[in-house]
Amino acid sequence: MTAAPQEMLLKIEGLHKCFGEQAVLAGASLAVPRGSLVAILGRSGAGKSVFLKCLADVIEPDAGEIWFDGRLLARGDAGVRQHFRSRCSFLFQSNALFDSLTALENVALPLEQTMDLPAGEVRERSLEALKQLELEAFWDRYPGQMSGGMQKRLALARAIVTRPELVLFDEPTAGLDPVRRNAVFTMIAKYQRQFGFTALIVTHDVPEALVAADLVALLDTGRMVFQGSPGEFIASEEAMVIQFRDSEKELSKMLASIRRGETIHTEDT
Amino acid sequence: MVRAVGRYTLEIVQSLGDVAMFVGRSFRMAAGSRKLGRRVVRAMFEQGARCLPVILIVGLFTGLVLGLQGYYVLNRFGSESLLGTLVSLSIVRELGPVLAALMLVGQAGSALAAELGLQRNTEQIAALETMGVSSHAYLVAPRLIAALMVFPMQTALFCCVGLWGGSLSGSLLLGLEPGIYWSAVERAVESADVRECLTKAVTFGFLTMTLCAYHGFNAHRSRAGTGARAVSASTTRAVVQSSIIVLAADYVITSFLI
Repeated sequence: MTAAPQEMLLKIEGLHKCFGEQAVLAGASLAVPRGSLVAILGRSGAGKSVFLKCLADVIEPDAGEIWFDGRLLARGDAGVRQHFRSRCSFLFQSNALFDSLTALENVALPLEQTMDLPAGEVRERSLEALKQLELEAFWDRYPGQMSGGMQKRLALARAIVTRPELVLFDEPTAGLDPVRRNAVFTMIAKYQRQFGFTALIVTHDVPEALVAADLVALLDTGRMVFQGSPGEFIASEEAMVIQFRDSEKELSKMLASIRRGETIHTEDT
Repeated sequence: MVRAVGRYTLEIVQSLGDVAMFVGRSFRMAAGSRKLGRRVVRAMFEQGARCLPVILIVGLFTGLVLGLQGYYVLNRFGSESLLGTLVSLSIVRELGPVLAALMLVGQAGSALAAELGLQRNTEQIAALETMGVSSHAYLVAPRLIAALMVFPMQTALFCCVGLWGGSLSGSLLLGLEPGIYWSAVERAVESADVRECLTKAVTFGFLTMTLCAYHGFNAHRSRAGTGARAVSASTTRAVVQSSIIVLAADYVITSFLI
């Protein structure tokens, strides 16, 4: 018996982006199944963030096609783009929280500005999102009064409050220590399962991504040189994957642990 | 030399086109924006309340100095009774709108350019766009609409305080009869002068806040690079260009209305 093919929520074909003479993306393609957590790996400067920003419409690609839920996101079609934006959220590396707004106002912003909801419902849904991220006690604090981890959770609350189908994460663990990196990935995986959205994470934290993700893709020299399950990534004999794996010290350590039969702990700390 | 002039001219024309499109987009997007009124009121409060002390202080001292200088000049010709005329026409026609606009640029304009520059720098503007919220409608349009109302109000206040400063100087310090001063003011200021004053205030408000918003919003395109230097460079450029445009526009409007 063959398994039913997974429905693709997002399909990217042949994405190109150049900055001056430098080609950052040179035909990158990716298929993201609905409800999955996909991690895009790659070295620093490989173009991972550019790839994600092209998807989120922050950067305009030079060429290539992006299909969302079976519809082509054509560059000139404002209606389709708006529809895509209403079903997609983006979590920036810097969190991009509004420092002049309180936590509640930050979360309420996309609801107030993009949906026709009564004020009471906006407040209720915003408080609910804060509660789900364990931030309800800090609703009146400004982002500057919160710790880095709390800001990350607040950004996630803002991203999920509109109940998006797709959440794009740009280096969610950048600048964090290994313990916090693990906690952030665990948090993302937990909420991705809880809310059922499709998650696309760009990262260079390989061990955490391999534990949390359903699918892994490797971006190198502007192209996706690998796409498969974490198990397939670990077992892959492809030269690019081997080269990347070997360059990641932590990954090597983790693989050694797996070989020794040790368990990798990913509990929220 | 010719090539440099040509390139410079093209750059200016391109920038003017850019600014025009920026303003057009802001107002076009604002038309369908939610809760615009609330943001306009907030912007009016920020521009108005933040600048009120400086407007009052500068207005008062402008009137005081004008009263003092005017009194001694007019005294030479035995025409002290015309002090009210001198102070009121100077303030209402020229000094009020120009100085109030320069103060507002220094206070509210620089704050706007720096705030937008920082929001660009910390990806807050990009975040709005990814949410499907127009950053032009959400961040720029309310400030421009607010400026159209705040600048005339602040200018009117500046003029009133300036006139009172002139009266303080002339009557309280130099012994001129207050009735003579105020009746000269009443006779001198006509409705056309007030119209000129408010026309200038609205024009200055629109031009300066547009420039400040434009430079802040496009801080990432700054030649100074990115980060704090880009924010600082764009804020400086916004204030300098706004100050120049106030004086240039003042000359143009005066030459048409005089």
